[in-house]
This record gives sequence, structure tokens and C-alpha cells, in this order.
Amino acid sequence: MLRRYAGPFFFYVMATAIAVIVLIPFFWMISTSLKSKGALTAVPIEWIPEEISFEGYRKVFDVFPFARTILNSAFVAGLTTVVRLAAAAMAAYAFAKMRFRGRDILFAAVLATMMIPQQVTFIPLFLVMKELQLINTFTGLIAPSIFNAFAIFMMRQHMRTVNDAYLDAAVMDGATHRTIFVRLMLPLSAPILATLAVIAFMDAWNDYLWPLVMLSDPNKMTLPLALSKLSGQYATDYNTLMAGSLISIVPIVAVYLAAQKHFKAGLQVGGVKG
Amino acid sequence: MPRVSKHNGWFAAIWFLLPCLTGLILFNLIPVAGAFTLSFTDWDGLKPIAPKDGVPAFVGLDNYASILGGDEFWRVLRNTAVYIVLYIPLILIASIAAAMLLHRPYRGVSVYRVLFYIPVLTSWVAGALIFKSILSPEYGGVNDLLNQFGIKGPGWLYDPNWAMPGIVLASIWKDMGFFALIFLGGLQGIDSSYYEAAKIDGAGPWRRFRHVTLPLLSPITFFVTVICLIFSFQLFPQVMIMTDGGPHGATQVMVERIYRYAFSYFKMGYASAFSFILFAIIFLFTWLQLKLQKKWVHYDA
Repeated sequence: MLRRYAGPFFFYVMATAIAVIVLIPFFWMISTSLKSKGALTAVPIEWIPEEISFEGYRKVFDVFPFARTILNSAFVAGLTTVVRLAAAAMAAYAFAKMRFRGRDILFAAVLATMMIPQQVTFIPLFLVMKELQLINTFTGLIAPSIFNAFAIFMMRQHMRTVNDAYLDAAVMDGATHRTIFVRLMLPLSAPILATLAVIAFMDAWNDYLWPLVMLSDPNKMTLPLALSKLSGQYATDYNTLMAGSLISIVPIVAVYLAAQKHFKAGLQVGGVKG
Repeated sequence: MPRVSKHNGWFAAIWFLLPCLTGLILFNLIPVAGAFTLSFTDWDGLKPIAPKDGVPAFVGLDNYASILGGDEFWRVLRNTAVYIVLYIPLILIASIAAAMLLHRPYRGVSVYRVLFYIPVLTSWVAGALIFKSILSPEYGGVNDLLNQFGIKGPGWLYDPNWAMPGIVLASIWKDMGFFALIFLGGLQGIDSSYYEAAKIDGAGPWRRFRHVTLPLLSPITFFVTVICLIFSFQLFPQVMIMTDGGPHGATQVMVERIYRYAFSYFKMGYASAFSFILFAIIFLFTWLQLKLQKKWVHYDA
């Protein structure tokens, strides 16, 4: 009898212990964001604020165009996702289902760029943007996402699994490549597109280095950059900084949770198809 | 290949490839070539480029020589080594343990999976700010918890010896969920007949883990280790937010230096040379590990 419960008992104790350790920093963030400035340096430490204060939340919108920042982040992340996926899907179609001279060499070159980290190219990329007069613009911030080797690779692998018989049938009916791509390939790629969309959105929402280099106008900044600027100016106002951090985390967690359902649906579709 | 592909070639393909090729050339090939060229010059990023007037001046290997000949580079490398030595064993243990738990078929396991993953969704800037606050020596939660156990906590980010461990702590918290999911994928790929066989032979849970799980997981462990090594050399936001490279340069790392030289000191040539040294190191590790891979990784036949 005891043996039967030992397994689940061990599981729940260990998993809960790890979950508590993972969640303590988030609990700390929420608790700190609800403290008044005076309570931040109270000894002994108030894990739960004795008095709830919204000072931090008020201040983050007062001293910075923070509402604007949230919109900027949503706009930049949304557009980055669309641009990255559209360009990658098109290229992936050509690599998977078209035949042209030098295709495999070109694809190898695309894959090879994955070896080059962003940290090597960001200086000259900044100079390219300066030449194009795109510093401090969303265009300059988003443009590089038109090429993403990982997305191209994943899409291409997926599209290769689509049976050529579908394409042949479409050609019989007089379909062009554009029709095949839009009507056939994109719908069949929905599961992988959904997965890559979440990855792209997260990348753009959380990116720091590239916005740091590109944006200096507070009205154009995205959330991570705005938070880092705030932490430079109000280094000890942790209630303000934690309020801002919480605001930046909630939407992306919500997106992830909403997308999770799609992941499952996507997997099922794949299963039926396979 | 479908019949369509017989009559297309480049003429049809170019329209599909155009966005990707533009990005490849404009935002990848040109920048890499540009950075390589700049790394042999003394350009300050401000003077307009005019090769005829000798701007920027070609300085040969001077930038590389001065980086590799100075103390700073080696200090930065040592800081990174401290990070790697602490981070890699801890992240492997934490994420394998988490994956083992997430692999159990109990009710509510998907809730734990989401909980473990929330730090991965958090931006590094927000995560670093949280840890800067919670690691505060006097008013932070970590030292308060240590106090409950009668341990006097260190000065963390204010102490040259403890700043890097503080950053490692934040990184483990942030990355565990990500690598746990990769290990989980590996665990799900292990055929359960191995465990049945081990059980029949009388192997207990620990011996099954040691002699079945770990060897069969080694390709994933290897992959994760390589990724972690490469990521370790790209450490950036946590350093910028938590310590700004301090105290006394104890957490200065390569990308932080590259950013400083380029955008605070306007030494574009020097910074470009630095970034190519970073590239060389990352390349070397990838290559070395790929060579070693065959020696100790056990692939399931």
C-alpha cells in the first residue's frame, strides 16, 4: 500500500519544491511592485507589504511614456512575426518544392549563417541602417527579421513532407506556384507556422541588444529597452521597476498560454494527416 | 519532384526567394564583410568613410594585437570561464531533474510544465531586474531566506567574488525550463523496453537512471552542453542590467566590452576586431565539440 503512494508522493513533493523556487522571484516582483517607496528598505523585510501601495504603477506611467511603450512592443512584435514568417515561408517553398540551379548550395549558405551570432554583426548592421537612414525607426528595427535561417529551415523541413501528388493534381487544374503556395502549402503548414509565430513573437517582445543599438527616442522604445532606461534613472525605485517588469511579463505569458491550445490542435492535425 | 518543377527554374523561384535573399545579402553578408574590413582599421564611427583621404586608416593587425596583448581580454575570458564552470553543471543537473519529473505520468504534470517555463517567457531585462532586487544584500529576499537558516548571505552583486555567482543564479532560473523541455523530448524518445529489461535484471531507480537514462540521453546532453557553451560567450543583458560589468570589472564579458567599445568609446574598428575574436572562439568550440562527439556520445542503434 505504502509503495503504491511513494511514487506520486515523491513526484508532487519534488515538482512543487522546484515550482516554489521558480515562482519565488515572481512573488518577490509582485510584492515589491505593491510597496510604497519607504517599505522597500524596511527591516525586517516585508514579504507581503503591510500596506498595499500603487505608487510604483503610477510612477512608471508618469516618468516614462510607458503606455506608448506597451503599444510599441505589441506593434513591433506583431509585425516582426508577420515579416519573418511570410519571408521564411516563401523561401522555404522555393527550397522545398522548386527546382533551380544552385538551390542546395544556396540553402547551405542560409544554414551557415546560423553559425554567425548577432553579436558579431550588430555593429556593421547598425552602420548599414545608418546609411539607409533607418536609425530610430521601426522599419530599421524590424527589417532584419526578413531573414531568419531557423524559420526557413523549419518550414522547409515541414514542406518537404507534403506529398508531391497534391502539387501535381493542382498543376493539372492549372494552378500556378502562387496559388499552390497560398491555397495549399500555407494551410498545410498551419501547425509549424503557429509554433514559429510564437517563437518569433517572443523573440521580438523580449529582444534587448538590437533595440538598444537602434532606438534612442523614448517614444519609440520597446518594453525591455524602456525598463533598462528606467533602471538607469531610478536604480533604487524597485517598486516602479517591478511594476514595469510585471506589465512586460503578463502579455507574453498570456500569448503563450493561448497558443498552447493551438499547439495541441496542431499536433492532432499532423497526426491525422500523417 | 512534381511536374511543376520541370518548367520553372530561377525565373519562377526568384519571386519566392527575393525577400530572403535581400535579407541575406543586406543584413548578413554585407555586415559580416563590413565588420571584417573594419576590424583592420581605426575607424571611430563618426568621421565619414573616405578611403582616398585615409579615413579610416588601415592599421593591419594592430587591433587584434592590442586586444590579445592586453590584460583586459584575459580578464574577460576568466570571468566567462567562472560563469561557465558554475553554470554548465548546475543547468544540466537542474534541467535533467526537472525533465525527469515532467516525464512522470501524474495528474497536473502539464501545470508544472507551464510553471517551469514562465521564466523562459520573461524578458532578460525584467528577469535581471527581479534578481537585482531580490539579491540586494540588505533588503533582498535571498539573503533574508538564508538568514532564516542562520547563514549570513554575501554582498552578491556588490562583491567581486559573488557578482558572477549571482548572475549564474539568475541564468539558471531563467534557462532551466527551456533546457528541461529539450531533455523531456529526449526522455520521451527512449524506448520503454530498456527500462523493462533493466527492471527484470533487478536494477533499482538509481541504477536505471545511471545505466539506462543517462547513456541514452547523452546525445541531448551533448547538444545542450554545446548550446550552453556558445550562449555563455554571448552573455549580455543580465550583465548590463545587474552589474554593468562591475564591481571592479568582475563581470565584464565579451559582448558587454564589444558594445562599450562601439557605442560608448566609439572605437568601431577595435570593437569589430573584438567581435571577430568572439566569432572565432564560438566557431572553435562548435568544431571541437563536433569532433569529440563521436568519442563519448552513445547513440541508440
